[in-house]
Amino acid sequence: MSKIERRRRIEARLGGRHRRERWFRLLGITAVGLALSFLVLILANLVGEGASAFTQSKLDLPIRYEVTASPTGGAPDVRYPDVDYDALVLDALAGLLAVEPDRQMRRELRQLVSIDAGFVVRDSLGSAEQAPGARLTVTVPASSNVDMLVKGQLDRSLPAVQRPLSDRQIAWVDTLRDSGVLVRRFNTALFTNGDSREPELAGIRGAVVGSFYMLAVTLLLAFPIGVATAVYLEEFAPRNRWADVVEISINNLAAVPSIVFGLLGLAVFIDWLGFPRSAPLVGGFVLALLTLPVVIISSRAAIRGVPGSIREAALGVGASRMQVVMDHVLPLALPGVLTGTIIGMSRALGETAPLLMIGMVAFIVDVPTGLGDPATALPVQIYLWSDSPERAFAERTSAAILVLLGFLLLMNLLAVLIRRRVENK
Amino acid sequence: MTASTDETGAGPREATTGPTADAIRETCIAIRELDAWYGDIHALRSISLDIAYGEVIALIGPSGCGKTTLLRCLNRLNDEVEGARVAGSVRLDGQEIYARPVDPVALRARVGMVFQKPNPFPKSIYDNVAYGPRIHGLATDRAQLDDIVHVSLERVGLLKEVRDRLDEPGTDLSGGQQQRLCIARTIAVGPEVILMDEPCSALDPIATARIEDLIDELAEDYVIVIVTHSMQQAARVSSRVAYLNHGSLIEVGETNRIFTNPQHKLTEDYITGRIG
Repeated sequence: MSKIERRRRIEARLGGRHRRERWFRLLGITAVGLALSFLVLILANLVGEGASAFTQSKLDLPIRYEVTASPTGGAPDVRYPDVDYDALVLDALAGLLAVEPDRQMRRELRQLVSIDAGFVVRDSLGSAEQAPGARLTVTVPASSNVDMLVKGQLDRSLPAVQRPLSDRQIAWVDTLRDSGVLVRRFNTALFTNGDSREPELAGIRGAVVGSFYMLAVTLLLAFPIGVATAVYLEEFAPRNRWADVVEISINNLAAVPSIVFGLLGLAVFIDWLGFPRSAPLVGGFVLALLTLPVVIISSRAAIRGVPGSIREAALGVGASRMQVVMDHVLPLALPGVLTGTIIGMSRALGETAPLLMIGMVAFIVDVPTGLGDPATALPVQIYLWSDSPERAFAERTSAAILVLLGFLLLMNLLAVLIRRRVENK
Repeated sequence: MTASTDETGAGPREATTGPTADAIRETCIAIRELDAWYGDIHALRSISLDIAYGEVIALIGPSGCGKTTLLRCLNRLNDEVEGARVAGSVRLDGQEIYARPVDPVALRARVGMVFQKPNPFPKSIYDNVAYGPRIHGLATDRAQLDDIVHVSLERVGLLKEVRDRLDEPGTDLSGGQQQRLCIARTIAVGPEVILMDEPCSALDPIATARIEDLIDELAEDYVIVIVTHSMQQAARVSSRVAYLNHGSLIEVGETNRIFTNPQHKLTEDYITGRIG
């Protein structure tokens, strides 16, 4: 083959080779673009749906109250049980709207405010030190129907029988809005309350605390056991058929559907060992089982990544195997181990199915105060709310998802930061 | 294959140091009929070799001939390799190192090792040198430890270069400095023998020359066994040379004699560049 012929052949193929590369790049960019656009779509949808849940319509009611002397004859006590706080709320509303309420009207007026309004008034009066007969402005949450109307999610054009609010109620709401009594404020209840049947009172605090307790148990179990297992398998265990069996089992465990772990937890921890249902303790056990393979696999990879020359250097000056592991291998593998653990934990945070099996799907109003208290978890709360028919729960579902995504983002960010920090050392 | 006899014509498998002054030196390591396997691979075949106090012995031979394996048998580092097996006898000061009561951890404090690629710990220069003394409990207080670190660094000629940055990572040093740091780390434990596995193969000529000078200085206090691919290096630093091929010890003798008058055909082929 002549020199010219050889060059001609090489050049003849060049165009095709470059074309293939361009195609591949285009394909890659398309794939990334597609993934990103789906992400944006999901986020936009969630924000669109859920953003309104971060505000809540509230009424600033001027409460006029008479204080009856307390039965002991001491200082005036506004929390005296005879006081009808709901009546105080109604009076204030009627006064603002300048109506003389009959029985039917009272019922309709009551539907404007949350059923919790009386308690809010009671608590405010209890802490107030005004003179008897004075006026006090108390902010009470509006009912969820009013809230939906204010947020424009209730169709006014529907026939009255198909609406949860009557024509008269809608007119009142408009009056109250125009006079500045009914306003949208930041929805603190969403973050400070536990679950509730009333959307305007429902919050994620119970679920967040429940998730926190569970993850604490998971971390305490999965991290030490997982790292110890990984160290033993990588540094001490003989490489034989048993090691292969263990390896395959762990990899399989990582792929087992999470609901199976839930059933296992139900059978072993609750049925057999008698742990309480719905408890974060049991949830933590189950999630630890689920997270363990992830921690082990990523820790093993990190330990394997420590160069053998470091092990030999330490052995060469007379370190025992344990000293090699504790002084050199683990410190060097730590970023990988931590990243793997955090990824496992964020997976545990998002787990729902196994928690359903162990009773954490129950409707629980109280914020748990310990590992044995009945509790629910953030993803389970999302599942519960998404199942509720009220329109107001739909926006809260999206809001709770946004909060969950926020936590996941924080955890993954932490993983990246830890990796960066240790790698720069 | 059998090891060829030295000029003295001593036993067929027993390589001695010859009729020179070396002969009256006390034997430090006595290797007898040593065999080693990695799984099914027979890496060393019936090696017998005496290493005396005060000498630098170079192990030469083509790649895969078992030089490094032999070296790693001397501090039982092969124990840590999965599937490695050893048969035969290695005596250090008359004590069998493969006998039950010998703890390889304690043995490695007496037989230190310097590796092919500089492998300082990713810790400070100070901690690199102090690690051995710390784990063996050689210093009772900080002042003693400081002393060991300074003396060790001084010994390898590194102290004046790093005196002001003992807290900086050992991995930030140049390749040659790193290798000297590794030597300092080894001598900080106070070994009797230093094993060197091609200590200069990753270094430039200037750093290599410094290490070779250092080996000359260290030879006064330590028995040095060095594996090298460079015949020039073997000629420069060693007092005796052992030539291995296919896991067998072919010939051992004084460095000058091996390079000027090899007795065995294989040795001659190797040092003249026909094999290897």
